[in-house]
This record gives sequence, structure tokens and C-alpha cells, in this order.
Amino acid sequence: MPKLHVTTFVNGEPVEFLCEPYETMLDALRGQLGLTGSKEGCASGDCGACSITLDGRLICSCLMLAAEAEGHEIRTIEGMAKGDKLHPLQQKFLEHAALQCGICTSGMLVASEALLAKNSNPTEEEVRFWLAGNLCRCTGYDKIVRAVMETAAEMREMRP
Amino acid sequence: MNVVNNKWIGQRTIRPDGVDKVTGRAAFAADTTMPGMIWGKVLRSPHPHARIKSINTAKAERLPGVKAVVTSRDIVDFTIEKGAVMLGIQDMRWMCRNVMARDKALFPGHPVAAVAATTEAIAAEACKLIEVDYEVLPWAIEIDDALKPDAPILHEFNRFDGKPSNIMGRIESRKGDIAQGFKDADIVIERSFTTRPVHQGYIEPHACLISVAADGKTTIWSSSQGQFMVRAMSSMLTGIPQSDIRAIPAEIGGGFGGKTIVYLEPLATLLAKKSGRPVKMVMTREEVMRATGPTSGSKSTVKIGAKKDGTIVAAHGSFYLQAGAFPGSPIRGAVGCSFAPYDIPHVLSEGFDVCSNRSKVAAYRAPGAPIGAYAVECVLDELAEALKMDPLALRLKNAAKEGTKAAHGPVFPRIGYIETLEAAKNHPHYAAPLGKYQGRGVASGFWFNAGGESSAQVNITEDGNVVVTTGHPDIGGSRAGIANICAELLGIDYKRVSVIIGDTQTVGFSNLTGGSRVLFASSMVVTQAADKVIATLRERAAKIWEIDPEAVKWENGAAHPVSPNAGQFEPLTLADLAEKAPLQGGPIGASVQLNTQGAEGGFGTHICDVEVDVDLGIVRVIRYTAVQDVGRAVHPSYVEGQLQGGVAQGIGWALNEEYIYNKDGKVDNPGFLDYRMPVCSDLPMLDCALVEVPNPKHPQGVKGVGEVPLVPVMAAVANAVHNALGKRFYSLPMSPPKVSAALDAPAQQAAE
Repeated sequence: MPKLHVTTFVNGEPVEFLCEPYETMLDALRGQLGLTGSKEGCASGDCGACSITLDGRLICSCLMLAAEAEGHEIRTIEGMAKGDKLHPLQQKFLEHAALQCGICTSGMLVASEALLAKNSNPTEEEVRFWLAGNLCRCTGYDKIVRAVMETAAEMREMRP
Repeated sequence: MNVVNNKWIGQRTIRPDGVDKVTGRAAFAADTTMPGMIWGKVLRSPHPHARIKSINTAKAERLPGVKAVVTSRDIVDFTIEKGAVMLGIQDMRWMCRNVMARDKALFPGHPVAAVAATTEAIAAEACKLIEVDYEVLPWAIEIDDALKPDAPILHEFNRFDGKPSNIMGRIESRKGDIAQGFKDADIVIERSFTTRPVHQGYIEPHACLISVAADGKTTIWSSSQGQFMVRAMSSMLTGIPQSDIRAIPAEIGGGFGGKTIVYLEPLATLLAKKSGRPVKMVMTREEVMRATGPTSGSKSTVKIGAKKDGTIVAAHGSFYLQAGAFPGSPIRGAVGCSFAPYDIPHVLSEGFDVCSNRSKVAAYRAPGAPIGAYAVECVLDELAEALKMDPLALRLKNAAKEGTKAAHGPVFPRIGYIETLEAAKNHPHYAAPLGKYQGRGVASGFWFNAGGESSAQVNITEDGNVVVTTGHPDIGGSRAGIANICAELLGIDYKRVSVIIGDTQTVGFSNLTGGSRVLFASSMVVTQAADKVIATLRERAAKIWEIDPEAVKWENGAAHPVSPNAGQFEPLTLADLAEKAPLQGGPIGASVQLNTQGAEGGFGTHICDVEVDVDLGIVRVIRYTAVQDVGRAVHPSYVEGQLQGGVAQGIGWALNEEYIYNKDGKVDNPGFLDYRMPVCSDLPMLDCALVEVPNPKHPQGVKGVGEVPLVPVMAAVANAVHNALGKRFYSLPMSPPKVSAALDAPAQQAAE
């Protein structure tokens, strides 16, 4: 079977690539598009290290076929900072030491941003259940949850 | 202690590698490519135990796109008869057989051959074309099965008590005379425990990218807990001299001990050499779970005798640990650490290293110690109950302190164990009320900690800033700790210090990131290097001012005359002296290489509250406090992070994690869905109480902190479950089916 031609948007930029019909979005991102911020921890949708958004919806890019990106809008960790200005979540993760090895961090941040887009005032329980699809083996999640809650509080204050 | 002002030590600075990691730029092992790169895949044994009669790779080699195939014939053989060839704690006789099976495959997942091809798909297809003729043998996985008189023997050469055996070794620590000790006791409690094998669970699978040039010059890009370990093992297994191998440490996505040995690097090196192309290999999660080292499953018996007043007079522990396919289970940690928190006159602690048909174990956070502590700390809880004593009071009464001789050898210097017990006792958590089906447990733990070889360079840049190069992969934030210390010593802003991890050809030998040694050892060499740099800076200033170097002091990032008597000069800053360096003797920098000594052991005491859902058998941890003597918290956030991470792993080990084997001897849950590590919604906030009793043998008082936090956890959880339900569990994990069965037991008995 010939490769498929895909036209899509990644982090707001138009991109085109060729992919095998069986290729995952994660492979296309990491391979052809050179966006290696999304990680493969399991390839089965259990660890969340490959989290991206598809038209604003949080998904595991290892469970999506690359060809399905046609005509949609993908966002990855690489699109989170605006130039040299970090997103408040990124800044707060640094201040709270909410990362150790960093392999889950991209996915955690993408998932957290998706949460705050839906719910600007999440409870601790809501944060914990929302992030239950993102495994972290280093931190015990404590500092991650604190960073997300504090970012949410700051972002609420910043809004008029 | 040469640090007094502490402007940076103890500050929660932003880690040097942080921005790269929150923006997705940080390059981990699987994130790099090279021009002309091809892909390697491993063919693995489907059998738990099989003799390999022949391997035919001809069909695979003919498949278009295949560039190289390797088998054990290509790997340097360390023959068993010639005796041990040790690299650190690893015997290369087992390592060469673990990376690729030779005469026998010893576990499902054991590599048998490897292929490199232009795509991953072709490499996988080629693996299927390799014909392996196996003679399938009987197998044993569980300790009891491996110890039966008619058990299949993995290593036929081995004898224990004069007979062929899967027991590959026994060690002991002994103090006093336990027979006498138990005679002296008013009360003796003896219990047996089992734990299941659990995986380190790092989220980043093993990966590497390797190029071998025509002249043999080799570049290894991989993630590991030691680029020098990767270089040495790859060299020994391929025959390429170490001087020709540049092992570059990628960012590492978690290790916890599991990345202290090689799996893929020797195979990729040989494939790259044969094919003339750079070869990339990345394990799947299933390969990680089937073929990389979890820690041992275990079977332990612990007997403790005490006087009526709670004075412990005798202790005996015997710990059988699964090594997996090759010898080397962490019996030293179980034997040495389990009783170390207590001053006991008569102790015998013995460990047995048992081979069985599962993947070779690798280190996992305080290797062996959590297994031993689980048994000992649960027995202590029963002892306290029997004596009607508070469990912390019982521990306090028997706590090791300065001058206590531990059964494993050392006499403790000033240690902070008692301080952790007192802090736990005084913590509000310990007095907080509990509700229905809720319970509280406590437990303590010890880890040896480690020093060893480290190298570092401190160089002053031409613009007067600082670059520190160390040789230890940074997993949990050690670069931030080094930057804090270096900024402190040089009296400059933290942001002016850049800390990088050198590769094997650019920094001196540095041993593994493991044993909780990195900040202890690397800050020791960095301190000495910084001291040398400061001496040079003072000499330069003295030369410029034409005074004696002794008359110059270094303060707040600048040279000053020690007193007005020495002369009246404007301070010379680091930038001033860097600018003048070319005319004053050249570049400013220093390197130091040491075999560091003086890593003293660490102690922790944990308090755990659980709530049991008695309908579903689910145990939930609802509050947790980890108290630990951390020596000196150079960067408190990353110290807390170590405690919290260790606790989370321990909660997983206690409540859910286990390898489940099917009737064919294969792991039945080789993925994150069925091998269930704690997720965010499983845990509460994990509180930390840092006790700082500085290590007298370290310039900043540093003690290792990473391993201790896992040691007490399983016992703390088990003791809490007992407190909640009045039932004791002697096997892990305390998973819902097991808890439900225990809750149903009295009802069943009543019905019968």
C-alpha cells in the first residue's frame, strides 16, 4: 500500500507529511516532523507521555493514526511556550520542582493545560483524576498537583 | 564545614536542565537520529528454559533491507570456568549471557539474536525468519519451586551444600550469639513473609543509538545511570578498546537502579560495526517488562526476641531472594540493612541468592533493603502490640546511635535515626484522629549510602562565569544541587553557574548514578575543584596587587585584601580576573578526581494512614508522612522529591504491583495497564519532614537521600492495614483480591 499524504496543522503551523497507513501520530510527530517532545513510554495509551490535543481534545498520540490528522489541528508540548515566554504551567512546574527525570513532563503539561482550558478552578480531586492517565514514577505526583492548582489560581487572578 | 553563609545551599533554585524539560527540548535516549541510521530489533526466547541447539540466520540475512545479524557468537565470551570478571558488582560471565543467550535461554524474553535493517518493520520481519532449534527444558520461577530437591537446575556447574542447586550463594552478618540471645528473651515473635517481583517502572524504555566508524571509533548515545559503565561493558562485550568508545549520556527518563547495566548497547554496537551504519534500538514496554531487571521476589523469616520492657536482645533473619536467570540478587541490602536501625546484642542475618527462570534482577532503589525491612518492621509492630508499647517508643528504646556497632560491620558515627523517630512522634500526623476502617502504621528503614569514584572540572569562562562538568547522569535534580553548592563556594549568582554532564571522553572516570551517591560524591570533588579555582584567583589578585597570596581573601565573588594592612585595593571580581587571565598565567580552572569516602548511612521513619473499602477490598493511603535524616538539604525541593517518589513506589509495591506468571512461565502482565503502578488519583499529598544531621565527613554535610524513602514503606502500609482491620498480611501485594479474601475469611469460617 502506498504512503498516505496528510495535510494538517501542528501548533498552528501548516504541515504536510507522508505516512504509512499503520503509522501512529506519535511516530509521525517524532519521526517525520522532528517533534520529539512527545514521548513513547508504552505505545498502548496507558502512560500519557505522548499526550497531545486534537482539536482541543486531550488524546494519547500513540493511539491515533497519523492519517487521522488530515484537516485537523494538533497541539504538542512544542507549541506551549510563546517564543521565549513560558506558559504559566511550565513556569510553575519549574518553581515547584514538579519534575525529576522529565520524561513524563511533556505529557503532564499538555494534559494539565487541557484541564485548565475546561476547568479554571479544579479541586485537588479533579486534578488527580484528570491526570490519572499520565504516569510519573519519580515524583509521587505531589508537586505536580500543587503546581497545577497554583497555576490555576494565578491564571484566575490574571483574568479580568 | 567550609560553607558558612548559605546564600544558595538550601535554596529552591530553578534546575539548570528545567527549561529544556518543560518545553520538550531535552534529548532523551530515543530522541536522536544520525545520518544513514538503521534500526535494530532483538529476537527473544519464547521459552522459560531451553537449550539452544542451533540458530540459522540465513533467511533473515537474505531479506531485502537487512544489514546485519548478530548472535552470541559475535559477543565476547567470559567462560564460566575461568572465574569471575567483575565490573563493579556485575560479573561479566553473567552479563555476556544476559545480553545474549549462549547455550541456554533462561527466561521468556532472553535475547537470542539481533537484526539491523533499514526500517523497524523489516528488522522485526527478519527476526521471524531466524530459525532457532530449542530443546525445551523444565523450568522453575517461584523460589519454592527452584528450591525443590528435583528442581530444574539453571546453572549445572553450581553446587550448594555439595549438591547441584539453584542457590548460588549465601552471605551473613553476625554479631553476638543468637542462641544465647533468644534464651535471654521474655518474648519471641517469629513470622514468615513473601514479596513479589516488582519493576522499577521507569517511563522511558531502554534505548540507544550507536555508530562505529571504519577505524573502530565508536559513539554511543544512550540513557543509563552511568556512561562509564556503558563504555566499559560495551568494550568488554565487543572487544573495542575503551579509548575508542565515546559514551554520551542522554537525558535519562528514570532509572531507579534499573539502568545500571546494559541490555541493548553491546548488540547495537556489534550491529553498527557489522553493517557500517549507525544503529538505533528502542525497547517496547513489553520488552522492558519481560527482559529487564525487576527486583527480586522474596521469602523471608524474621524472629525477634525482647525483654518485657521492650529491650530487643536477639534477632534472626533469613532472606531468600530471586536473582532471576543469573546470580546477583540484592541479598547484601536485605542482610545488612534490615536490623541496622537497632542496637541489638545478638544478631544473625543471612541471605540466599536463588536463581530461577525469570529475567535477571537489576538494582531497585536501596536494593534488597525494602524486602528485609518489610519483614523486620512488621515483626516489630507485632512485638510492640504484644508488649503493649507504642511502636515508635519500642523503636526509640532500641534505636541505633553514635557508637552502635551494626551487625554488618561499621560502628555508627553521629547519625540522625533517633531524631527521625522523635520528629515522627511529635508530628501532628501521629496524633491525628482516625475514622472507621482507617488505620495508622509506622516503620523505619536504613540504607548504606555510597561514595566511590567521581571526577569534576570547574572552568571559568572568558567572560567570568562558571562551567562545571561532572560525570554522573542526573535523574532527580543533582545538577541543581551542584549549581547551588558551586555558587555558594564562589560567592556568585546561581545563574552564572552552568552544570553539565560530560561524556566518557571529556570528563574523568565517574562511577554510576546509584546507591544515593551522586550529590555526596560529586559535590565533594566539585568542592575541591572550586577550592583550587579560588586559590588560583587569589594568586592572580596577589600578583596584580603585588602582595602575598595569603593576604588575599575570596568573598562575595571577588578577591579582597584580607585586611587594610595588606594594602588598599579595589576588589577584583571573577569577571575582572577572567578578563586578565591571558596575561596572568592563562585559563582558570581545575579538575579533581577522587575515590570519595565517608558516605554515612541514612535513616528514615514513616507514618502511613490507610482506609480500607471493606466491600471491595481496596486499601487507599489517605495520609503519609516521611521523616528522614537527610544530612544537608542542598536543594530541599529535590530532597522532598526523592522522599515522595520513593514513598509512591513503595505504596505501589505494597498494594498493587506484582509480576503475574501464566502457566507457560511467561509474564502475563507486561504493560502499564495490568502492571498497575500508582496513578495520580491513587495517592494523597505525600508530606515530608526533613531532619538535618550533617554528615561530619562531607564538606557540606551531605548524605545520600534517594534510597532510604522506599525502605520503610511496605511495612508502614502493612502495619496501617493491620491497625485498620485487626488482620495481618504476610505477603505482598495487599491487593483487592487478597484483602477481600481475608475479610471474607471469618464469615466463611462461621458458615462452615
